[in-house]
Amino acid sequence: MPARRGWSRSSPRPYGGAAPHAVWAVPGVLFFVFFAVAPMVLAVYLSFTTWNGLGDPKPVGLANWDKLLRDDRLTQSLTVTVLLTVTSWAFQTVVSLLLGVWAAGRQRNRAILSAIFFVPFLLSSTAIALLFYALLDPNFGVIHQDTLGSTSGAFLAIVFVGGWQFIPFHTLIYQGGARQIPEVLYQAAAIDGAGRYRQFFSITLPQLRNTATTSSVLMIVGSLTYFETVLILTQGGPGTDTAILPYLMYEAGFKSYDFGYASAIATFLVVIATALSLVLVRLTGFGAMRSTREGM
Amino acid sequence: MEPNTSNGGRTFSRRWVLGAGATTLLTTGLTACGSSDSTGDSSTVTAFTYGDDAAKVQVKAVTRFNASAAAKKAKGKIKLEKVPGTDYPAKLRTAMGSPNAPDVFFNWGGGSIKAYQEANQLVDLTDTIKSDPVLKDGFLPSVLAAGALKGKNYGIPMRGMQPVILFYNKTVFAAHKLQPPTTWAELLDINKKLKAADITPFALGGADIWPELMWLEYLVDRIGGPEVFDKIKNGDASGWGDPAVLKAAETVKQLIDDGAFGKGFSSVSYVNGGAPAVFAKGKAAMHLMGSWEYSTQLGKFPDFAKNNLGWFAFPKYEGGAGDIRNVVGNPTNYWSVNARTGNKDAAIAFLRDCASEAYAKELVANGDIPTTSNAEKLLDSSPNPEFAKFQYQMVQQAPAFTLSWDQAVDPDVSTPMLTEINKLFVGKSSPAEFVSALKGLK
Repeated sequence: MPARRGWSRSSPRPYGGAAPHAVWAVPGVLFFVFFAVAPMVLAVYLSFTTWNGLGDPKPVGLANWDKLLRDDRLTQSLTVTVLLTVTSWAFQTVVSLLLGVWAAGRQRNRAILSAIFFVPFLLSSTAIALLFYALLDPNFGVIHQDTLGSTSGAFLAIVFVGGWQFIPFHTLIYQGGARQIPEVLYQAAAIDGAGRYRQFFSITLPQLRNTATTSSVLMIVGSLTYFETVLILTQGGPGTDTAILPYLMYEAGFKSYDFGYASAIATFLVVIATALSLVLVRLTGFGAMRSTREGM
Repeated sequence: MEPNTSNGGRTFSRRWVLGAGATTLLTTGLTACGSSDSTGDSSTVTAFTYGDDAAKVQVKAVTRFNASAAAKKAKGKIKLEKVPGTDYPAKLRTAMGSPNAPDVFFNWGGGSIKAYQEANQLVDLTDTIKSDPVLKDGFLPSVLAAGALKGKNYGIPMRGMQPVILFYNKTVFAAHKLQPPTTWAELLDINKKLKAADITPFALGGADIWPELMWLEYLVDRIGGPEVFDKIKNGDASGWGDPAVLKAAETVKQLIDDGAFGKGFSSVSYVNGGAPAVFAKGKAAMHLMGSWEYSTQLGKFPDFAKNNLGWFAFPKYEGGAGDIRNVVGNPTNYWSVNARTGNKDAAIAFLRDCASEAYAKELVANGDIPTTSNAEKLLDSSPNPEFAKFQYQMVQQAPAFTLSWDQAVDPDVSTPMLTEINKLFVGKSSPAEFVSALKGLK
């Protein structure tokens, strides 16, 4: 067998005979470099400058970073971001897990209902936010309360609207995961006398471990970059109570025209998101991808 | 040879497609780098305007100018770009920092153009105006002055005047035997009566924050006079420490605690029509808003606008230093000229059109009040001459016209300023905390 670049002799080939040539990756890599790496490098550079969008950026050393570390709003924003991420994760995971497992079954009308549930994911975030903004109007909406004007109301509205939009997607993931669980496990459990709840907790949940990790990483990284809903529903308000990190960055860049400071926030956000994803993958054993079928 | 397909169209060989793709990429790249730079093509002058309903006046002006002798003489034509209103400032900033900058652009004067002036991107129009009787005598002097920075003119007025006015619902006032107040004590008395009748005294679109700003602008003016904000506008943040600012914040706090704006005002928006609807339907008796409230109501609730909409000046504050005739709001909007324009003559010839009677007539027909000196005699042809005259005289007789704070100061000050105002209104900070936070800006 001739040795090829990229594949050691001993490692098994995933696609049998011919391994994909490295050239195949070029378009993808180019896109990634142009649209992800280059802007990121630019943002890091801008974070060491002061620039109002006109003329050339002027280097200011660590001034923006110094300001960032002293900014009370960063601490507050980080707290809000973490709270929002955790609450959204809990809400979306519980609902989409239950819906997904249900949708994997064989009930009547299941297919039709599943298709309807998927609709919110097809709408744009902006359209969804505008829709809920109208529904939450205290005088002419459905809830006659100052929802968006109170801290908890605004926060829960953002969690709910985000969930409404993304639960369909995660439901789909859980549905796929649940369909992969071998029927024999349930048959065996039934013979042993396990009821529906026992089956759910002892078979379904453990079998969905990898699915849950995939879904959670997507949710958590997604929540960190959540933006349009906050922009339209609350503009970070009341006061600064829902000003999550991406909103803080937008405000610094496109309202105050302080692109240097906005870049520092952006870079900070990239670091946090990357670190968090790595930690998640490590903690959950996602990277190792242990099979859920061990011992079968 | 290109093979023909059955439908008669050409199919394209792979090489052709690749070639075309590369050519497109190259030309777009080149265009972005060079030829669309405003210095490149001197016969076309691009103008950015705020793309709302009122832009039809500018559309007509451009058509008229392009067909005129002045355009031929200056060898230039105007190409108008209506930029969607949301985030106009951000889009303008991006364009001005790029090679695709407009030659002429809409703005709010003051702080909204300061960064461009500091970057030497604006044409100083002072001498042009001085030497040109059409421009010099064409506009109300106070309005022309509001488009200036440090005594130099950078703007030509191009839209209607937008003073902030207290509007009231005549039906509600009549039903409760109320008269428009002229003093703060009278206003508080009216509030008491309205609340007893279970009517919210004031509609407020708190979700947008800038309607909240209007209350502070007027209160600071009435309590401390226009000098207080003048000092702040000129970059002296210690001006926020003026006792009038604290007093105004305390007065606002009292109004809020008193329920003058109702309970849910932070969730109500002006932009989506929430606050105007609350007002027109009689749920709230008054509404502090820019003069555009009239055309907004005319669009949404025409019967209300025609029959039941009243207006009066913001009341006097007992013991305050400000004149009841002082006005806050936007004197108007302006055209400014990009210093990099390839055809300054054409740009200025176009701006002269804004002082013409034809232009003023278009504004009046659209329900706006021109800031031109000949405007008064045109007001009878306004859709509502009574309101038009009130507004015109209000601005003409005003000893001081304070530009909306968020437009008067730099964007990096106005953003946190609006946040602090919102915190005061939603009860996240006390009047004293509000003042100390503002003193810390810059």
